[in-house]
Amino acid sequence: MIAIKEATKRFLDTNVLDHITLTIKRGDKIALMGPNGAGKTTLVRTILGFYHLDMGEVRVEGFDPVKNRVEVLKRTSFIPQTPPPIKLSLNELMEYVSKSSHITPKSIMQEASRMDLDISKHLAKPFFKLSGGMKQKMLIAIALAKRSDLLIFDEPTANLDPKAREKFYALLQEMPDSATTIYVTHRIEEVEPLVNRKIYMDLGKVIEDERV
Amino acid sequence: MRNLLLVAKLDIKESTRSKWFFVYLLVFGGLMALFFITGITDSVVMGFTGLSRLLLVYMQVTIVILPIFILITTVKSISGDRESAILEYMLSFPVALRDYYWGKMLGRFVIVFVPVMIALVIGVLWGLFKGGELPWKVLIVYSLFLFSLCALFLGIAFFISTIVKSHDVALGASFVVWILMLAFIDIALIGLMLANRWNDDFIIALALLNPLEVFRVGAISLFDPELTVMGPVAYFLLDTFGHKLFLFYAVFYPLVLGALFAFAGFWVFRKRDLL
Repeated sequence: MIAIKEATKRFLDTNVLDHITLTIKRGDKIALMGPNGAGKTTLVRTILGFYHLDMGEVRVEGFDPVKNRVEVLKRTSFIPQTPPPIKLSLNELMEYVSKSSHITPKSIMQEASRMDLDISKHLAKPFFKLSGGMKQKMLIAIALAKRSDLLIFDEPTANLDPKAREKFYALLQEMPDSATTIYVTHRIEEVEPLVNRKIYMDLGKVIEDERV
Repeated sequence: MRNLLLVAKLDIKESTRSKWFFVYLLVFGGLMALFFITGITDSVVMGFTGLSRLLLVYMQVTIVILPIFILITTVKSISGDRESAILEYMLSFPVALRDYYWGKMLGRFVIVFVPVMIALVIGVLWGLFKGGELPWKVLIVYSLFLFSLCALFLGIAFFISTIVKSHDVALGASFVVWILMLAFIDIALIGLMLANRWNDDFIIALALLNPLEVFRVGAISLFDPELTVMGPVAYFLLDTFGHKLFLFYAVFYPLVLGALFAFAGFWVFRKRDLL
Protein backbone atom coordinates (compact mmCIF):
# COMPACT_ATOMS: atom_id res chain seq x y z
CA MET A 1 0.00 0.00 0.00
CA ILE A 2 2.73 2.49 0.99
CA ALA A 3 6.32 2.22 -0.23
CA ILE A 4 8.87 4.58 1.27
CA LYS A 5 12.39 4.45 -0.15
CA GLU A 6 15.33 6.36 1.32
CA ALA A 7 13.01 9.24 2.27
CA THR A 8 15.00 12.20 3.51
CA LYS A 9 13.59 15.54 4.56
CA ARG A 10 15.77 18.36 5.78
CA PHE A 11 14.64 21.41 7.75
CA LEU A 12 17.43 23.96 8.06
CA ASP A 13 20.43 21.67 8.53
CA THR A 14 18.64 18.89 10.37
CA ASN A 15 17.50 15.66 8.76
CA VAL A 16 13.99 15.34 10.15
CA LEU A 17 13.56 12.20 8.06
CA ASP A 18 16.85 10.43 7.60
CA HIS A 19 16.93 7.85 4.78
CA ILE A 20 13.77 6.07 5.84
CA THR A 21 12.82 2.91 3.99
CA LEU A 22 9.54 1.32 4.92
CA THR A 23 6.91 -0.84 3.31
CA ILE A 24 3.39 -0.76 4.67
CA LYS A 25 1.09 -3.48 3.43
CA ARG A 26 -2.65 -3.39 3.02
CA GLY A 27 -4.22 -4.34 6.35
CA ASP A 28 -1.27 -3.25 8.46
CA LYS A 29 -2.36 -1.60 11.71
CA ILE A 30 0.61 0.40 12.87
CA ALA A 31 1.44 2.18 16.10
CA LEU A 32 3.97 4.84 15.12
CA MET A 33 5.85 5.89 18.22
CA GLY A 34 8.81 7.94 19.29
CA PRO A 35 9.78 10.97 21.35
CA ASN A 36 8.92 14.54 20.32
CA GLY A 37 10.94 15.56 17.26
CA ALA A 38 11.45 11.95 16.17
CA GLY A 39 9.94 12.67 12.73
CA LYS A 40 6.56 10.93 13.14
CA THR A 41 4.42 13.88 12.07
CA THR A 42 6.83 14.73 9.24
CA LEU A 43 6.55 11.16 7.97
CA VAL A 44 2.76 11.33 8.10
CA ARG A 45 2.70 14.70 6.35
CA THR A 46 5.00 13.33 3.67
CA ILE A 47 2.61 10.44 3.06
CA LEU A 48 -0.20 13.01 2.78
CA GLY A 49 1.78 15.02 0.21
CA PHE A 50 2.41 18.15 2.27
CA TYR A 51 6.20 17.97 2.03
CA HIS A 52 8.56 17.68 -0.91
CA LEU A 53 11.32 15.22 -0.06
CA ASP A 54 14.95 16.23 -0.41
CA MET A 55 15.81 12.69 -1.36
CA GLY A 56 14.05 9.37 -1.85
CA GLU A 57 10.43 8.70 -2.72
CA VAL A 58 7.04 7.83 -1.28
CA ARG A 59 4.32 5.96 -3.15
CA VAL A 60 0.79 5.28 -1.96
CA GLU A 61 -0.84 2.59 -4.10
CA GLY A 62 1.77 3.53 -6.70
CA PHE A 63 0.91 7.24 -6.63
CA ASP A 64 3.27 10.05 -5.70
CA PRO A 65 1.50 12.00 -2.90
CA VAL A 66 2.81 15.34 -4.21
CA LYS A 67 2.18 14.87 -7.93
CA ASN A 68 -0.99 12.78 -7.61
CA ARG A 69 -2.34 14.16 -4.35
CA VAL A 70 -6.00 13.75 -5.33
CA GLU A 71 -5.52 10.05 -6.11
CA VAL A 72 -3.75 9.50 -2.78
CA LEU A 73 -6.18 11.54 -0.69
CA LYS A 74 -9.21 9.83 -2.23
CA ARG A 75 -8.07 6.72 -0.38
CA THR A 76 -7.01 8.43 2.82
CA SER A 77 -8.60 9.70 6.03
CA PHE A 78 -6.63 11.87 8.38
CA ILE A 79 -7.23 13.16 11.89
CA PRO A 80 -4.73 15.79 13.08
CA GLN A 81 -3.34 15.97 16.59
CA THR A 82 -5.32 19.09 17.50
CA PRO A 83 -8.62 20.05 15.84
CA PRO A 84 -7.90 23.17 13.75
CA PRO A 85 -9.97 26.33 14.37
CA ILE A 86 -12.01 25.97 11.17
CA LYS A 87 -14.45 28.86 10.81
CA LEU A 88 -16.86 27.01 8.53
CA SER A 89 -20.12 25.91 10.11
CA LEU A 90 -20.67 22.17 10.52
CA ASN A 91 -23.05 22.28 7.57
CA GLU A 92 -20.41 23.95 5.39
CA LEU A 93 -17.66 21.64 6.59
CA MET A 94 -19.83 18.62 5.76
CA GLU A 95 -20.54 20.12 2.33
CA TYR A 96 -16.79 20.54 1.72
CA VAL A 97 -16.04 16.99 2.81
CA SER A 98 -18.98 15.32 1.12
CA LYS A 99 -18.57 17.05 -2.24
CA SER A 100 -14.80 16.66 -2.39
CA SER A 101 -14.75 13.09 -1.13
CA HIS A 102 -17.98 11.88 -2.76
CA ILE A 103 -19.76 10.82 0.42
CA THR A 104 -23.07 12.01 1.83
CA PRO A 105 -23.52 14.38 4.78
CA LYS A 106 -25.91 11.74 6.12
CA SER A 107 -23.10 9.22 6.45
CA ILE A 108 -21.07 11.73 8.47
CA MET A 109 -24.05 12.37 10.73
CA GLN A 110 -24.50 8.64 11.22
CA GLU A 111 -20.88 8.17 12.23
CA ALA A 112 -21.17 11.17 14.55
CA SER A 113 -24.20 9.72 16.28
CA ARG A 114 -22.26 6.47 16.77
CA MET A 115 -19.73 8.65 18.61
CA ASP A 116 -22.62 10.04 20.71
CA LEU A 117 -22.44 13.40 18.93
CA ASP A 118 -25.73 14.86 17.78
CA ILE A 119 -24.71 17.21 14.98
CA SER A 120 -28.24 18.25 14.07
CA LYS A 121 -28.33 20.69 16.99
CA HIS A 122 -25.13 22.43 15.88
CA LEU A 123 -25.34 22.52 12.09
CA ALA A 124 -25.16 26.32 11.83
CA LYS A 125 -22.47 26.65 14.48
CA PRO A 126 -18.89 27.36 13.37
CA PHE A 127 -16.68 24.32 13.92
CA PHE A 128 -14.21 26.22 16.12
CA LYS A 129 -16.97 27.07 18.60
CA LEU A 130 -17.59 23.42 19.50
CA SER A 131 -16.00 22.01 22.62
CA GLY A 132 -12.65 20.19 22.26
CA GLY A 133 -14.27 16.79 22.60
CA MET A 134 -17.04 17.58 20.11
CA LYS A 135 -14.53 18.82 17.55
CA GLN A 136 -12.50 15.65 17.85
CA LYS A 137 -15.62 13.49 17.55
CA MET A 138 -16.62 15.39 14.42
CA LEU A 139 -13.21 14.81 12.85
CA ILE A 140 -13.41 11.13 13.74
CA ALA A 141 -16.91 10.92 12.23
CA ILE A 142 -15.66 12.49 9.00
CA ALA A 143 -12.64 10.17 8.87
CA LEU A 144 -14.75 7.06 9.39
CA ALA A 145 -17.50 8.15 6.98
CA LYS A 146 -14.96 8.32 4.15
CA ARG A 147 -14.49 4.53 4.39
CA SER A 148 -10.88 4.97 3.32
CA ASP A 149 -8.30 2.29 2.60
CA LEU A 150 -5.74 4.25 4.61
CA LEU A 151 -6.48 5.94 7.94
CA ILE A 152 -3.92 8.14 9.63
CA PHE A 153 -4.62 9.22 13.17
CA ASP A 154 -2.24 11.64 14.87
CA GLU A 155 -2.97 11.29 18.61
CA PRO A 156 -6.70 11.03 17.85
CA THR A 157 -7.93 10.63 21.40
CA ALA A 158 -6.07 13.54 23.00
CA ASN A 159 -9.27 15.54 23.52
CA LEU A 160 -11.62 12.68 24.32
CA ASP A 161 -12.91 11.60 27.71
CA PRO A 162 -12.46 7.92 28.68
CA LYS A 163 -15.96 6.95 27.56
CA ALA A 164 -15.53 8.57 24.14
CA ARG A 165 -12.12 6.90 23.79
CA GLU A 166 -13.68 3.49 24.40
CA LYS A 167 -16.37 4.23 21.85
CA PHE A 168 -13.77 5.31 19.31
CA TYR A 169 -11.67 2.18 19.76
CA ALA A 170 -14.80 0.04 19.54
CA LEU A 171 -15.65 1.67 16.21
CA LEU A 172 -12.13 1.09 14.95
CA GLN A 173 -12.46 -2.61 15.67
CA GLU A 174 -15.31 -2.67 13.16
CA MET A 175 -13.00 -1.46 10.41
CA PRO A 176 -12.42 -4.02 7.63
CA ASP A 177 -9.22 -6.04 7.88
CA SER A 178 -8.08 -4.70 4.54
CA ALA A 179 -7.93 -1.11 5.84
CA THR A 180 -4.46 0.16 6.68
CA THR A 181 -4.25 2.25 9.82
CA ILE A 182 -1.43 4.35 11.23
CA TYR A 183 -1.77 5.61 14.80
CA VAL A 184 0.76 8.23 15.80
CA THR A 185 0.76 7.83 19.54
CA HIS A 186 2.61 8.16 22.81
CA ARG A 187 0.15 5.85 24.57
CA ILE A 188 0.81 2.40 23.17
CA GLU A 189 -1.34 0.74 25.83
CA GLU A 190 -4.44 2.33 24.32
CA VAL A 191 -3.92 1.15 20.77
CA GLU A 192 -2.11 -2.09 21.56
CA PRO A 193 -5.17 -4.28 21.00
CA LEU A 194 -5.75 -2.63 17.64
CA VAL A 195 -2.31 -2.91 16.07
CA ASN A 196 -0.35 -5.67 14.43
CA ARG A 197 2.85 -3.68 13.97
CA LYS A 198 4.85 -1.24 16.07
CA ILE A 199 7.27 1.21 14.52
CA TYR A 200 9.55 3.24 16.78
CA MET A 201 11.26 6.35 15.40
CA ASP A 202 13.95 8.62 16.79
CA LEU A 203 16.00 11.43 15.22
CA GLY A 204 14.37 10.90 11.86
CA LYS A 205 15.17 7.20 11.63
CA VAL A 206 13.19 4.01 12.13
CA ILE A 207 14.79 2.45 15.20
CA GLU A 208 12.52 -0.52 15.63
CA ASP A 209 9.94 -2.19 13.41
CA GLU A 210 8.19 -5.04 15.14
CA ARG A 211 5.28 -7.21 14.03
CA VAL A 212 2.94 -8.22 16.82
CA MET B 1 -13.78 22.97 -11.56
CA ARG B 2 -16.52 21.69 -9.25
CA ASN B 3 -14.16 21.79 -6.28
CA LEU B 4 -12.89 25.24 -7.30
CA LEU B 5 -16.43 26.60 -7.14
CA LEU B 6 -17.04 24.74 -3.88
CA VAL B 7 -13.97 26.34 -2.26
CA ALA B 8 -15.00 29.77 -3.62
CA LYS B 9 -18.55 29.41 -2.32
CA LEU B 10 -17.43 28.34 1.15
CA ASP B 11 -14.87 31.14 1.32
CA ILE B 12 -17.59 33.67 0.45
CA LYS B 13 -19.89 32.24 3.12
CA GLU B 14 -17.13 32.27 5.72
CA SER B 15 -16.06 35.82 4.83
CA THR B 16 -19.56 37.24 5.06
CA ARG B 17 -19.64 36.17 8.71
CA SER B 18 -16.27 37.66 9.57
CA LYS B 19 -15.66 40.90 11.40
CA TRP B 20 -13.33 42.29 8.74
CA PHE B 21 -16.10 42.01 6.15
CA PHE B 22 -18.47 43.89 8.43
CA VAL B 23 -15.90 46.68 8.84
CA TYR B 24 -15.28 46.64 5.07
CA LEU B 25 -19.01 47.13 4.38
CA LEU B 26 -19.18 49.81 7.03
CA VAL B 27 -16.24 51.74 5.56
CA PHE B 28 -17.46 51.76 1.96
CA GLY B 29 -21.14 52.16 2.86
CA GLY B 30 -20.14 54.89 5.34
CA LEU B 31 -18.01 56.57 2.71
CA MET B 32 -20.95 56.90 0.36
CA ALA B 33 -23.21 58.07 3.18
CA LEU B 34 -20.60 60.68 4.07
CA PHE B 35 -20.51 61.90 0.49
CA PHE B 36 -24.29 62.24 0.45
CA ILE B 37 -24.34 64.10 3.77
CA THR B 38 -21.54 66.48 2.80
CA GLY B 39 -23.41 67.26 -0.42
CA ILE B 40 -20.68 66.39 -2.89
CA THR B 41 -23.29 65.65 -5.55
CA ASP B 42 -24.78 69.11 -5.18
CA SER B 43 -21.64 70.87 -6.32
CA VAL B 44 -20.65 71.63 -9.91
CA VAL B 45 -16.92 72.00 -10.51
CA MET B 46 -15.12 72.84 -13.77
CA GLY B 47 -18.25 72.24 -15.82
CA PHE B 48 -18.75 68.69 -14.53
CA THR B 49 -21.94 67.61 -12.82
CA GLY B 50 -21.97 66.76 -9.14
CA LEU B 51 -22.20 63.06 -10.00
CA SER B 52 -18.84 63.01 -11.77
CA ARG B 53 -17.38 64.80 -8.82
CA LEU B 54 -18.81 62.20 -6.46
CA LEU B 55 -17.37 59.38 -8.55
CA LEU B 56 -13.98 61.06 -8.62
CA VAL B 57 -13.83 61.56 -4.87
CA TYR B 58 -15.01 57.98 -4.37
CA MET B 59 -12.28 56.66 -6.67
CA GLN B 60 -9.62 58.79 -5.00
CA VAL B 61 -10.51 57.51 -1.55
CA THR B 62 -10.94 53.95 -2.81
CA ILE B 63 -7.51 53.94 -4.43
CA VAL B 64 -5.99 54.63 -1.01
CA ILE B 65 -8.21 52.49 1.23
CA LEU B 66 -9.07 49.47 -0.91
CA PRO B 67 -5.52 48.15 -1.41
CA ILE B 68 -4.69 48.03 2.28
CA PHE B 69 -8.06 46.44 3.06
CA ILE B 70 -7.52 43.75 0.45
CA LEU B 71 -3.92 43.19 1.51
CA ILE B 72 -4.42 42.86 5.26
CA THR B 73 -7.53 40.72 5.00
CA THR B 74 -6.25 38.45 2.24
CA VAL B 75 -2.63 37.78 3.19
CA LYS B 76 -3.88 35.61 6.02
CA SER B 77 -5.96 33.40 3.74
CA ILE B 78 -3.11 30.95 3.11
CA SER B 79 -0.47 31.97 5.67
CA GLY B 80 -3.00 32.24 8.52
CA ASP B 81 -4.59 28.90 7.62
CA ARG B 82 -1.13 27.37 7.45
CA GLU B 83 -0.21 28.70 10.87
CA SER B 84 -3.43 27.56 12.53
CA ALA B 85 -3.24 24.08 10.89
CA ILE B 86 -6.51 24.68 9.02
CA LEU B 87 -4.64 24.24 5.74
CA GLU B 88 -3.29 20.88 6.89
CA TYR B 89 -6.78 19.59 7.53
CA MET B 90 -8.57 21.13 4.55
CA LEU B 91 -5.90 19.88 2.17
CA SER B 92 -6.09 16.35 3.54
CA PHE B 93 -9.19 15.94 1.34
CA PRO B 94 -8.96 15.12 -2.36
CA VAL B 95 -9.00 18.70 -3.62
CA ALA B 96 -6.40 19.68 -6.23
CA LEU B 97 -4.11 22.50 -5.17
CA ARG B 98 -5.22 24.35 -8.31
CA ASP B 99 -8.87 24.20 -7.21
CA TYR B 100 -8.07 25.22 -3.64
CA TYR B 101 -5.85 28.18 -4.55
CA TRP B 102 -7.95 29.63 -7.36
CA GLY B 103 -11.17 28.85 -5.51
CA LYS B 104 -9.95 30.86 -2.53
CA MET B 105 -8.97 33.67 -4.85
CA LEU B 106 -12.28 33.66 -6.71
CA GLY B 107 -14.22 33.72 -3.44
CA ARG B 108 -12.13 36.57 -2.11
CA PHE B 109 -12.47 38.50 -5.36
CA VAL B 110 -16.26 38.37 -5.16
CA ILE B 111 -16.21 39.43 -1.53
CA VAL B 112 -13.99 42.49 -2.09
CA PHE B 113 -15.29 43.56 -5.50
CA VAL B 114 -19.05 43.35 -4.98
CA PRO B 115 -19.30 45.81 -2.03
CA VAL B 116 -17.21 48.52 -3.76
CA MET B 117 -19.25 48.09 -6.94
CA ILE B 118 -22.49 48.28 -4.99
CA ALA B 119 -21.27 51.46 -3.27
CA LEU B 120 -20.41 52.89 -6.70
CA VAL B 121 -23.85 52.02 -8.10
CA ILE B 122 -25.58 53.50 -5.03
CA GLY B 123 -23.56 56.68 -5.55
CA VAL B 124 -24.62 56.85 -9.18
CA LEU B 125 -28.29 56.25 -8.32
CA TRP B 126 -28.12 58.96 -5.68
CA GLY B 127 -26.50 61.35 -8.16
CA LEU B 128 -29.22 60.61 -10.71
CA PHE B 129 -31.89 61.10 -8.06
CA LYS B 130 -30.39 64.50 -7.33
CA GLY B 131 -30.80 65.40 -10.98
CA GLY B 132 -27.38 64.68 -12.48
CA GLU B 133 -26.78 63.05 -15.86
CA LEU B 134 -25.49 59.52 -16.02
CA PRO B 135 -21.82 59.71 -17.10
CA TRP B 136 -21.65 56.34 -18.85
CA LYS B 137 -18.02 56.58 -19.87
CA VAL B 138 -16.85 57.49 -16.37
CA LEU B 139 -18.98 54.77 -14.81
CA ILE B 140 -17.70 52.05 -17.14
CA VAL B 141 -14.05 53.08 -16.83
CA TYR B 142 -14.32 53.38 -13.05
CA SER B 143 -15.91 49.93 -12.84
CA LEU B 144 -13.00 48.55 -14.86
CA PHE B 145 -10.56 50.37 -12.57
CA LEU B 146 -12.17 48.83 -9.51
CA PHE B 147 -12.09 45.38 -11.12
CA SER B 148 -8.46 45.82 -12.01
CA LEU B 149 -7.54 47.27 -8.60
CA CYS B 150 -9.15 44.33 -6.78
CA ALA B 151 -7.44 41.79 -9.07
CA LEU B 152 -4.05 43.45 -8.64
CA PHE B 153 -4.04 43.57 -4.86
CA LEU B 154 -5.58 40.12 -4.53
CA GLY B 155 -2.77 38.80 -6.73
CA ILE B 156 -0.15 40.53 -4.58
CA ALA B 157 -1.84 39.39 -1.35
CA PHE B 158 -2.01 35.75 -2.46
CA PHE B 159 1.62 35.89 -3.56
CA ILE B 160 2.71 37.22 -0.16
CA SER B 161 0.44 34.73 1.57
CA THR B 162 2.07 31.76 -0.14
CA ILE B 163 5.71 32.83 0.12
CA VAL B 164 5.75 33.67 3.82
CA LYS B 165 5.01 31.09 6.49
CA SER B 166 4.02 33.44 9.29
CA HIS B 167 0.91 35.57 9.39
CA ASP B 168 2.75 38.44 11.11
CA VAL B 169 5.42 38.60 8.41
CA ALA B 170 2.67 38.54 5.77
CA LEU B 171 0.96 41.49 7.43
CA GLY B 172 4.22 43.41 7.66
CA ALA B 173 4.98 42.73 3.98
CA SER B 174 1.53 44.01 2.95
CA PHE B 175 2.08 47.28 4.78
CA VAL B 176 5.44 47.72 3.09
CA VAL B 177 3.89 47.15 -0.36
CA TRP B 178 1.08 49.61 0.34
CA ILE B 179 3.28 52.32 1.82
CA LEU B 180 5.78 52.00 -1.06
CA MET B 181 3.08 52.38 -3.68
CA LEU B 182 1.50 55.32 -1.86
CA ALA B 183 4.88 56.99 -1.41
CA PHE B 184 5.68 56.88 -5.11
CA ILE B 185 2.72 58.84 -6.39
CA ASP B 186 3.08 62.17 -8.10
CA ILE B 187 2.38 64.34 -5.10
CA ALA B 188 4.68 62.43 -2.74
CA LEU B 189 8.21 61.09 -3.31
CA ILE B 190 8.08 61.56 -7.08
CA GLY B 191 7.44 65.26 -6.54
CA LEU B 192 10.45 65.37 -4.25
CA MET B 193 12.63 63.57 -6.81
CA LEU B 194 11.60 66.06 -9.46
CA ALA B 195 12.47 68.92 -7.17
CA ASN B 196 15.89 67.35 -6.63
CA ARG B 197 16.41 66.94 -10.39
CA TRP B 198 16.56 63.16 -10.54
CA ASN B 199 16.74 61.60 -13.99
CA ASP B 200 13.44 62.27 -15.81
CA ASP B 201 13.23 58.87 -17.49
CA PHE B 202 13.74 57.13 -14.18
CA ILE B 203 10.97 59.16 -12.58
CA ILE B 204 8.58 58.51 -15.48
CA ALA B 205 9.37 54.79 -15.40
CA LEU B 206 8.70 54.71 -11.65
CA ALA B 207 5.38 56.44 -12.15
CA LEU B 208 4.38 54.06 -14.94
CA LEU B 209 5.32 51.01 -12.89
CA ASN B 210 3.37 52.12 -9.84
CA PRO B 211 -0.21 50.85 -10.27
CA LEU B 212 -1.56 53.35 -7.72
CA GLU B 213 -0.11 56.27 -9.68
CA VAL B 214 -1.49 54.79 -12.90
CA PHE B 215 -4.97 54.41 -11.36
CA ARG B 216 -4.83 57.90 -9.95
CA VAL B 217 -3.85 59.52 -13.23
CA GLY B 218 -6.44 57.45 -15.11
CA ALA B 219 -9.21 58.30 -12.66
CA ILE B 220 -8.50 62.01 -12.47
CA SER B 221 -7.96 62.32 -16.22
CA LEU B 222 -11.63 61.52 -16.76
CA PHE B 223 -12.59 64.42 -14.53
CA ASP B 224 -9.80 66.88 -15.27
CA PRO B 225 -8.19 66.11 -18.66
CA GLU B 226 -5.62 68.86 -18.13
CA LEU B 227 -4.51 67.23 -14.87
CA THR B 228 -3.92 70.60 -13.32
CA VAL B 229 -4.35 69.16 -9.85
CA MET B 230 -1.99 66.24 -10.29
CA GLY B 231 1.52 67.41 -10.94
CA PRO B 232 3.96 67.37 -13.86
CA VAL B 233 4.62 63.62 -14.15
CA ALA B 234 0.94 62.83 -14.55
CA TYR B 235 0.66 65.55 -17.16
CA PHE B 236 3.67 64.18 -19.03
CA LEU B 237 2.29 60.62 -19.00
CA LEU B 238 -1.06 61.65 -20.37
CA ASP B 239 0.49 63.95 -22.94
CA THR B 240 2.85 61.23 -24.17
CA PHE B 241 0.45 58.30 -24.23
CA GLY B 242 -2.72 60.09 -25.23
CA HIS B 243 -5.90 59.79 -23.22
CA LYS B 244 -7.32 56.55 -24.70
CA LEU B 245 -4.07 54.61 -24.65
CA PHE B 246 -3.38 55.70 -21.10
CA LEU B 247 -6.82 54.58 -19.91
CA PHE B 248 -6.24 51.23 -21.60
CA TYR B 249 -2.86 50.97 -19.86
CA ALA B 250 -4.37 52.02 -16.51
CA VAL B 251 -6.89 49.16 -16.69
CA PHE B 252 -4.77 46.39 -18.20
CA TYR B 253 -1.31 46.94 -16.70
CA PRO B 254 -2.50 46.36 -13.09
CA LEU B 255 -4.65 43.45 -14.26
CA VAL B 256 -1.67 41.77 -15.93
CA LEU B 257 0.55 42.56 -12.92
CA GLY B 258 -2.05 41.08 -10.57
CA ALA B 259 -2.30 37.95 -12.73
CA LEU B 260 1.50 37.59 -12.74
CA PHE B 261 1.63 37.80 -8.94
CA ALA B 262 -1.28 35.37 -8.61
CA PHE B 263 0.39 32.83 -10.92
CA ALA B 264 3.73 33.28 -9.14
CA GLY B 265 1.91 32.63 -5.86
CA PHE B 266 0.32 29.50 -7.30
CA TRP B 267 3.69 28.28 -8.57
CA VAL B 268 5.17 28.69 -5.08
CA PHE B 269 2.11 27.02 -3.54
CA ARG B 270 2.62 23.97 -5.77
CA LYS B 271 6.37 23.75 -5.67
CA ARG B 272 7.12 24.37 -2.01
CA ASP B 273 6.16 22.52 1.16
CA LEU B 274 2.52 23.22 1.95
CA LEU B 275 3.11 23.40 5.70
